[in-house]
Amino acid sequence: MHQEAAIRKPLILGEKTYGEITDDVLASVTGKANKQWWIAFGIASVMALWGIGCILYLIGVGIGTWGLNKTVGWAWDITNFVWWVGIGHAGTLISAVLLLFRQKWRMAINRSAEAMTIFAVMMAAVWPGIHMGRIWLAYFVFPLPNHFGSLWVNFNSPLLWDVFAISTYFSVSLVFWYIGLIPDFATIRDRMTKAVPKQIYGLLAFGWTGNAKAWNRFEEISLVLAGLATPLVFSVHSIVSMDFATSVIPGWHTTIFPPYFVSGAVFSGFAMVLTLLIIMRKVMNLESYITIKHIEYMNIVIIVTGSIVGVAYLTELFISWYSGVEYESYAFINRATGPYWWAYWAMMTCNVISPQVFWFKKLRTNIGFTFFMSIVVNIGMWFERFVIIVTSLHRDYLPSSWTMFHPTFIDIGCFIGTIGIFFVLFLLFARFFPVLPLNELKTILKSSGEQYKSKAEEH
Amino acid sequence: MSNNKKYWKGVEELNETPSFQESKNKEFSELIPVEDFLGDANLLENSQTTRRDFLKYLGFGVTAASLAACETPVNKVIPYVVKTDKTSPGVANYFATSYFDGNDYCDILVKTREGRPIKIEGNKMSPLTKGGVNARINSSVLSLYDGNRFKSPMIDGSAVSWTTFNDSIKKELSAILSKGGKVRLLTNTIHSPSTLRLIAEFKSNYPEADIKQVTYDAISYSGMLEANLESFGKAVLPSYNLSKAKSIVSIGADFMSSFPSSIELTHQYASGRKPENGWMSKHFQFESSMSLTGSNADVRVPVKTSLHGAVVANLYNYIAKKVGASSVSAANIEIQERIEKAGEHLLANKGASIVLSGSNDKSIQVLVNGINDMLGNYGSTIDIANHSNERKGIDGEVSSLVKEMSAGSVDALMMVGVNPSLTMPSSINFNEALGKVKLAISFASRPNETTTNTKYIAATPNYLESWGDANPKTGYYALIQPTINPLFDTKQFEDCLLSWMDKSESYYDYIRATWESTLFANQTESVFFGDFWNKKLHDGLYISKPEVLEPIVFAGNVSSAASQASKIVSSDWEIEFYEKVGIGSGNQASNPWLQELPDPISKITWDNYLVMNPSDARENGFATEYGEQKNADTVNLTVNGYSFENIPVIAQPGQTKGTLGVALGYGQAIGKKNEVIGFNAYPAMAMNNGSIAKYSTDVSFVATGEDYQIATTQTHHTVMGRTSVVRETNLDTFKNGSKDDYNPAHILSTGDGPKDVSEIDLWAEHPVKKVGHHWGMSIDLNACIGCGSCVTSCNSENNVPVVGKDEVRRSREMHWMRIDRYFSSNPEDVEQRNYTSMETPEENPQVVHQPMMCQHCNHAPCETVCPVAATTHSDEGINQMTYNRCIGTRYCANNCPYKVRRFNWFSYQNLNRFEALNPSQDDLGRMVLNPDVTVRARGVMEKCSLCVQIIQTGKLEAKKEGRKVIDGEIETACASACPTHAITFGDLNDESSLVRKASESNRSYRVIEEVGTQPNIYYQVKVRNTETNIA
Repeated sequence: MHQEAAIRKPLILGEKTYGEITDDVLASVTGKANKQWWIAFGIASVMALWGIGCILYLIGVGIGTWGLNKTVGWAWDITNFVWWVGIGHAGTLISAVLLLFRQKWRMAINRSAEAMTIFAVMMAAVWPGIHMGRIWLAYFVFPLPNHFGSLWVNFNSPLLWDVFAISTYFSVSLVFWYIGLIPDFATIRDRMTKAVPKQIYGLLAFGWTGNAKAWNRFEEISLVLAGLATPLVFSVHSIVSMDFATSVIPGWHTTIFPPYFVSGAVFSGFAMVLTLLIIMRKVMNLESYITIKHIEYMNIVIIVTGSIVGVAYLTELFISWYSGVEYESYAFINRATGPYWWAYWAMMTCNVISPQVFWFKKLRTNIGFTFFMSIVVNIGMWFERFVIIVTSLHRDYLPSSWTMFHPTFIDIGCFIGTIGIFFVLFLLFARFFPVLPLNELKTILKSSGEQYKSKAEEH
Repeated sequence: MSNNKKYWKGVEELNETPSFQESKNKEFSELIPVEDFLGDANLLENSQTTRRDFLKYLGFGVTAASLAACETPVNKVIPYVVKTDKTSPGVANYFATSYFDGNDYCDILVKTREGRPIKIEGNKMSPLTKGGVNARINSSVLSLYDGNRFKSPMIDGSAVSWTTFNDSIKKELSAILSKGGKVRLLTNTIHSPSTLRLIAEFKSNYPEADIKQVTYDAISYSGMLEANLESFGKAVLPSYNLSKAKSIVSIGADFMSSFPSSIELTHQYASGRKPENGWMSKHFQFESSMSLTGSNADVRVPVKTSLHGAVVANLYNYIAKKVGASSVSAANIEIQERIEKAGEHLLANKGASIVLSGSNDKSIQVLVNGINDMLGNYGSTIDIANHSNERKGIDGEVSSLVKEMSAGSVDALMMVGVNPSLTMPSSINFNEALGKVKLAISFASRPNETTTNTKYIAATPNYLESWGDANPKTGYYALIQPTINPLFDTKQFEDCLLSWMDKSESYYDYIRATWESTLFANQTESVFFGDFWNKKLHDGLYISKPEVLEPIVFAGNVSSAASQASKIVSSDWEIEFYEKVGIGSGNQASNPWLQELPDPISKITWDNYLVMNPSDARENGFATEYGEQKNADTVNLTVNGYSFENIPVIAQPGQTKGTLGVALGYGQAIGKKNEVIGFNAYPAMAMNNGSIAKYSTDVSFVATGEDYQIATTQTHHTVMGRTSVVRETNLDTFKNGSKDDYNPAHILSTGDGPKDVSEIDLWAEHPVKKVGHHWGMSIDLNACIGCGSCVTSCNSENNVPVVGKDEVRRSREMHWMRIDRYFSSNPEDVEQRNYTSMETPEENPQVVHQPMMCQHCNHAPCETVCPVAATTHSDEGINQMTYNRCIGTRYCANNCPYKVRRFNWFSYQNLNRFEALNPSQDDLGRMVLNPDVTVRARGVMEKCSLCVQIIQTGKLEAKKEGRKVIDGEIETACASACPTHAITFGDLNDESSLVRKASESNRSYRVIEEVGTQPNIYYQVKVRNTETNIA
């Protein structure tokens, strides 16, 4: 059995038995939803429906219902897209990269982080779809055989790379997530007394028996998928960043973008995981599994990635001056001092300055403060994308075309809508799916469980 | 001979076998077992098909058969039963005709497709306009398809037939004529020889009656006419020749847009502005509000309109002193030094200079004549013998007519080509006077302010449905021919008058008779009139021998003029009434293309407003930035006792401090919803010294605290020191410097040493170079005056949708061609790169107009980013859009460094909110669409195609004739519309082509070339004739 140094903090608090772990995790699945869940679900559904209404209006009437114009052709749509894709980074990073690095603390958070990833990528995929002027022809972006002769997609276009990168990432993440769920579905199946749910979970469990051979295959496939998913974590956002980096627009045309975007994505992903888990551990009484230690670990990731992002921002500024390119340097002066200065400084404050407070242990182990910071980082990262997209576009080469961007109700509605849909999905997940990988957790109970650790210490 | 051959069906018939004999008489050759089937009761009973089933099958069968018989609905497409002569579907026909609406005169070609006029182009045979048109003229084709036009004559607001209409008028008119009543014709300027002959005949037919024609020009040059009457004994406007003038001083004359013969003058002006010739005219402009002309001047001096008299008097004195003439009284004004500078330059170019004034004050014009006379300009740059006929209205006659009317002594009034209820000063009280006229007849093509006040409305056709002729200048005659059958039940004024005179001949015959008796009789080139007529109708014009220049004796009384002109009325504020380039006097305010054409100076669409100097605006607490979500503040304005409420104030750099300006021609209801656009400023004008003054010192305003939405296409006004966007220099540097001084190449340092940007390629070179055609364009910034003629021409050629004020305010205008207007910033700020201060234009800025459209980059950033390859490069160098492949990601527009791509945010041809103004929303308006160009669906990107349809037509034409394309034969819509020929289109692979030569000239550069896009559109550096080189 895996042994762990005594000085390491336990990852499962309290005197938990295997049975209690199952009980704790499956409380929401086997029991009834509480009032808070219904309230949250109600609010999320209203937001989702409002958003769907706005999206239908958008599709029915035209992109003009957004606030875009001749100069700013992308604004909230692609900002939201990149924001959601970024959020969708944490899950796979946690489950794949941390799995490869044998970080056991990931087990408390990887299931919900992966769920978040799946839903966030789904929300991200909404945007490139609805931002098209003619969404009904969206299939043109796939290299499908057709009757138009030699008509083919343009493999030079980063937007096309996006299509492949995101669909690959989404499918691998989904498979990875699902594979992890199989043993837990089997546990639920075995516990269910009602016929219909038992049947459904039985189907979902793919006939899992839990024998040694199955576990062996389970672990092998997890490793293989982790190996596949790890490069994807880096490729997706690198490719998203190339939408901008390969262009000629000052402020977009930057070689630093791929690493900068990836670290930003991890940064925002972890912030969103924190936002969700801090609420979830409280509401679902999972404090024994998602401990302060877990939160601290995630905060450390936030400091690291936040600092990388900060360095990237400063490098960009330096290069814009050092390059001597008139348009480039103006683009950055304009970001900081032009009409969108507030967005730039909101981004700088939220993403560069505020995460640095996590150097203080007291703050990074304070749950309330961490929750507040996670929201700040989410806002900051939204502004980062807004700054990159809108402030670069709104004043590019020819001053005659400089404009501002003014969002409309439909812009706001669609954004709120995706948040609503995301939470609807996440709440359904929390209600019907095992929110922690309970079978995997059991593997570390003896090595990292509090009672076993203290027993080991006594000896 | 009968045919006795025998045909047989088979060997059996030939041999007449017994079996054949047997079966020959049977109906069916084999036994059909009907009996077996129907006779067997058992079988029938056992079969599954019941009666009900049978009925079901029957029912289905009948329904299916009848459904199959239904045709899909067929819209009426009626083929020519007999093909009309020279009209082939898909092939355009051009007709030469002329345009004159009382303001602009132009010789034009009308492009028709399948019998529909769809585009107006300049007539290149015209020695007057040389193929140029302006925005008002090339947009006029849309006015033909205005859904608000009168569909038939009206009496008391109800439609009647022409028989009824003519009968009732004849009854009333003959009563008036027979009792010797007063009949007045209030018309705009008429220079049609036939119309004038007809009016004269009308007069002479009824000698007992008092018939008189009074000419009323809404924007009058009465002062100038009277000044010329005093100076030279002729109440005419002279012909100018700016191409010979080396020194041009204009005091408030906007000769590039609103001045009579502006198209002609613009072309002449541009031909004197070619630095390659080694000389360039120097243009001084003294004016109050910044006009299009002022924006192109080398030296622009802001001066109040009330001081224009003093400016002219001082200029007179300066020149008089130098030439030894006696001086006149002149008030001292602050800008003495600048007047002397202008005077000095004029004197240095005696006989090759010109002084112009736009004033309607006779005394100022007399002084201007005096100056031109001292400078010896008459006979060289000014020709009074071969004068212009484009304005004839004398304000005094108009006001005395209104007096007569209010006295009740006018019995009949016919109003032709005028809208006095809109345009007369309120103090004249025209509407009240009109009420006292017994028989008032309005000739109008659409409802206007005057027609609502008249009982009889004669519905007139558009000029494209009419016959006519013109005589814009001495010895210069032109014909107007219909290019389409009248769309509605309309009759032109002349036809009405003929039938009221009980003449059976049509106006067409009448014109022919006029031409036969006058012009044909005095010529020798044709023997038969038919030949002569056909030739002239084909050409559209006829030039008889010019008048011999008679020696000019100036007889103006300058000293009395000077004492009158240099009177200074001091006031805190004064206001100038000006005409916008698009709307002009307001004749075509109902034309959505013109309403959406941005004003060349303010870049504002769909409104008129009060302009004010930015520092004045700041002092009074008014917003100085406007457009998009920034609104303008409004004031309540009182001018000459006439009040306006909630007038938006616009801070206009270049506006003289202490002055205001307001555009005329607005305040008319247009479109399906009869929306009133802007406000009508005409009533606030007043008579001064016997003419309607174009300014007033009696003005006050109060801020209302409210605001007003402004739709502008450009919200940023300076070029931010970006010398790769706009390049300019002065004449000295151009002449004496090297290319590096004014048009340096972009050199980048690379690993292999410094290299020109054009040598650095990420991509392989595009194969278009040196193979086949390589289309390109050159735009001379020195010739471009920013008039916007190309913009409307492009709109009309390429079916560019009208989007309306709200969409323009959201920066979503669809124009493929735009003109960027940059004001200069403070040079010190540019030097020190104070970006924030650079955003503010100077108080009296220099202006650059830069036409901007798709640059057709050889390395196009848009092409690489489109995920579906909807925008690609043609093998002739054109960046082309495939609309039906476009899915609308807008990535191409974002990645376009020139921001020339336009996205269809909505379905402009279907969505209700564009119904009121977009012509493509109804059947009538759709007639203007060019069938060669797709109407773009919502959600697709569009942009300048370099008029690929015109290129294809040109290539086909050449191919049919088995020759190469000739340079200049193919012209894009913008190039053909340009009155200054600033735009040259052609084949860059053709070494002798004009565009190739232009692209290789020293002044040639490409916009932001360092980005590496390698555009196919070249620009020529602007050269100012100034002493200092201000970037």
